Amino acid sequence: MSAQPELRVEREGQPKKAVDLLFGDLWGYAPAPESTGPVRFEKRYGHFIDGEFVAGDKWFASVNPATEEPLVEVAEADEAMVDRAVQSSRKAYDKYWKKMKGSERAKYIFRIARMIQERARELAILESMDGGKPIKESRDIDVPLAAAHFFYYAGWADKLEYAFPGGKPQPIGVAGQIIPWNFPLLMAAWKLAPALAAGNCCVLKPAETTPLTAMKLAEILQEADLPPGVVNIVNGFGRTGAAIVNHADVDKIAFTGSTDVGKIIQRALAGTKKRLTLELGGKGANIIFEDAPIDQAVEGIIDGIFFNQGHVCCAGSRLLVEESVAETVIRKLGHRIQTLRVGDPLDKNTDVGAINSKPQLEKIQELVDSGVDQGAQKHQSRCDLPAKGYFFRPTFFTDVSPSHRIAQEEIFGPVLSVMTFRTPEEAIERANNTPYGLSAGIWSDKGSKLFKIAGAMQAGVIWGNTFNKFDPTSPFGGYKESGFGREGGRHGLLPYLEIG
Amino acid sequence: MVKNPSSYVPPRVPTVDEVGVKERAAEFASRSIKKAAKVEGLKLVVRMMDLTTLEGSDTPGKVLQLCQKARHPIHGFDDVPPVAAVCVYPPLVKPAKAALEGTDIKVAAVATYFPSGQADLADRLDEVRRTVADGADEIDMVISRGDFLAGHYGKIFDEVAATAEACKPAHLKVILEVGELQTFDKVRLASQIAIDAGADFIKTSTGKIPSAASVPVTLVMLETIRDHFLKTGKMVGMKPAGGIREAKDALRYLVMVKETLGDAWLSPDWFRFGASSLLNDVLMQIVKEKTGRYQSHRYFSVS
Repeated sequence: MSAQPELRVEREGQPKKAVDLLFGDLWGYAPAPESTGPVRFEKRYGHFIDGEFVAGDKWFASVNPATEEPLVEVAEADEAMVDRAVQSSRKAYDKYWKKMKGSERAKYIFRIARMIQERARELAILESMDGGKPIKESRDIDVPLAAAHFFYYAGWADKLEYAFPGGKPQPIGVAGQIIPWNFPLLMAAWKLAPALAAGNCCVLKPAETTPLTAMKLAEILQEADLPPGVVNIVNGFGRTGAAIVNHADVDKIAFTGSTDVGKIIQRALAGTKKRLTLELGGKGANIIFEDAPIDQAVEGIIDGIFFNQGHVCCAGSRLLVEESVAETVIRKLGHRIQTLRVGDPLDKNTDVGAINSKPQLEKIQELVDSGVDQGAQKHQSRCDLPAKGYFFRPTFFTDVSPSHRIAQEEIFGPVLSVMTFRTPEEAIERANNTPYGLSAGIWSDKGSKLFKIAGAMQAGVIWGNTFNKFDPTSPFGGYKESGFGREGGRHGLLPYLEIG
Repeated sequence: MVKNPSSYVPPRVPTVDEVGVKERAAEFASRSIKKAAKVEGLKLVVRMMDLTTLEGSDTPGKVLQLCQKARHPIHGFDDVPPVAAVCVYPPLVKPAKAALEGTDIKVAAVATYFPSGQADLADRLDEVRRTVADGADEIDMVISRGDFLAGHYGKIFDEVAATAEACKPAHLKVILEVGELQTFDKVRLASQIAIDAGADFIKTSTGKIPSAASVPVTLVMLETIRDHFLKTGKMVGMKPAGGIREAKDALRYLVMVKETLGDAWLSPDWFRFGASSLLNDVLMQIVKEKTGRYQSHRYFSVS
């Protein structure tokens, strides 16, 4: 019989443990890159206005974060371009969309959903090239969910009176929608599908680092023969977003992004007629009780923080573990991060891809440094990182105190802060001890405990014995400084309707 | 040994969430194993194989053919290694042992009144001793599922411990027959009891009932092995058996072992496949990787 595995150093600064698992290269996986052959895209994209692609005059590059090479050039929309987009949407709203029967609107939305499915592979590859997320996630989660959202809301388009019995639901008008870079196509679907189903027209601004799939979506809208102007898409930075927010003829703003920007928008809209929904940051608590299914909870922790490199507003970035099982959970986490494969987003075996942009990588590094400086214990995967590209090793901290920056601020990267608790009351108190309130996870084999703790969570989305599960039928949104308004489900229609 | 079964305290094992286990199992299946990694993996699968025949119609002649196949799985591909073991009924141990003389291939035998285990413990132990005396290197025993499901855990511990003692110096594989235990919680408990009682390997199934090895149930058993190793430093082996017929499935198991227990278990000393029809599909894939073509079934010898 063969010898015991060799000694491994498990925790920095801790003595060697005699017994440990070795995750090495005895049998390695060969590279399995997804072919980019079938993917075609332009060198430059302007904006999508009135059903046509129009050029801009100021251009900037969107970089592939895995290679640091410019991928595509995009135009920056100024106020005049935004005005053109809003006017186009207003015209389309008055001329076609608000007069159209719900069942007719549904046909367009169903068609968009089907076309996303038909072009799923192309969209997934582009999403991974532009944003850095692993192909297995864009292929299995982002793109199918985006299609599912269009399918789901297409079904509501002719049933709005049944969604809100007794009311006379009417569309609001022109919606300005500003979306982030972490789920570019999916967030576009979350915004457009309910707005269109409810009878509104949209001006959408994708994030400056991830415009590509929005431009592909524009091609789909064009091919689907959506009446010109029903959806306009403008590219640009925060200035472009501000022009949308401040445009006088926009009736509603839907924003997903940082809490800081959300606050600016809310201030800007104070006293205007415009409606607002915000889906902002989070510092989700993932609570592990001692009676939890431990091995599955560890998978849930991994999924909660390393899914999409941790660029997830509802990430389970604060792990709260009952003290009696903390040592076990931490040891298992230490093993599990060694088996995460970090690297080329287009490799089908990659678990953690590239950090979306250089500034984001710097922000993550800065917060991790602060964790070390403030005395928390850093645990990191020993994996090799590619020589080029923005990558960060899966990381978790123990000995974290609630006053540490890494316990309070949203890191938006593959970094987890582990804290312990002793009683359910303490777990509730610690979980709610944050200005945010987007998500929480609870792990226990005891159903009564799950429901009790869930009821006490100040968070919009709560998962029991799982994490990061999304479905178009389920409303999603925040408490406290994580925002207001719900996306998904019947609730997701409300921000886009006047219920008379 | 537990002298008074009623005083036996079963081990505390973590609960298992079925949904979570199945999700994790599906992740292993999504790994893309191609080219060199595939060939290396498939050769490892051959080296880990317990080439099995467990039929009422087995004869010494049939076993001889199986042993030939075990030594030289395929003609003309010298880099395809021999299998780990052949697995037969006790009366066929002697002919198998003779046919494999001079090789490292082990002879495993299913003793303890396989597959039901429905016999007195004394009779089962007697069969084990005779089989080991005949030359078996490994004994695959079955637990009494009836006793286990009735909650007589002390009895299970005792019979495994007694069999482990009786089968020395042969290695003991303990078959839980997971299809009859049904829930992952029961599988986790049975795995721990078997390990505590001295199992060298734990094994999913007899292959005699429809519900046999699966990736999720094997994962639960591997996790038990992992926790035991981290607690005690003692390595225990794993053998999924029954229902693994395709090379693609076998590679999924290897992925799971690699990512759950690590490199130390990627060895025939610690992981085995119990299978009768898997070998030819693995060989077909190896030949395909070398030649670029799938060959007809006719080119692969029946065993």
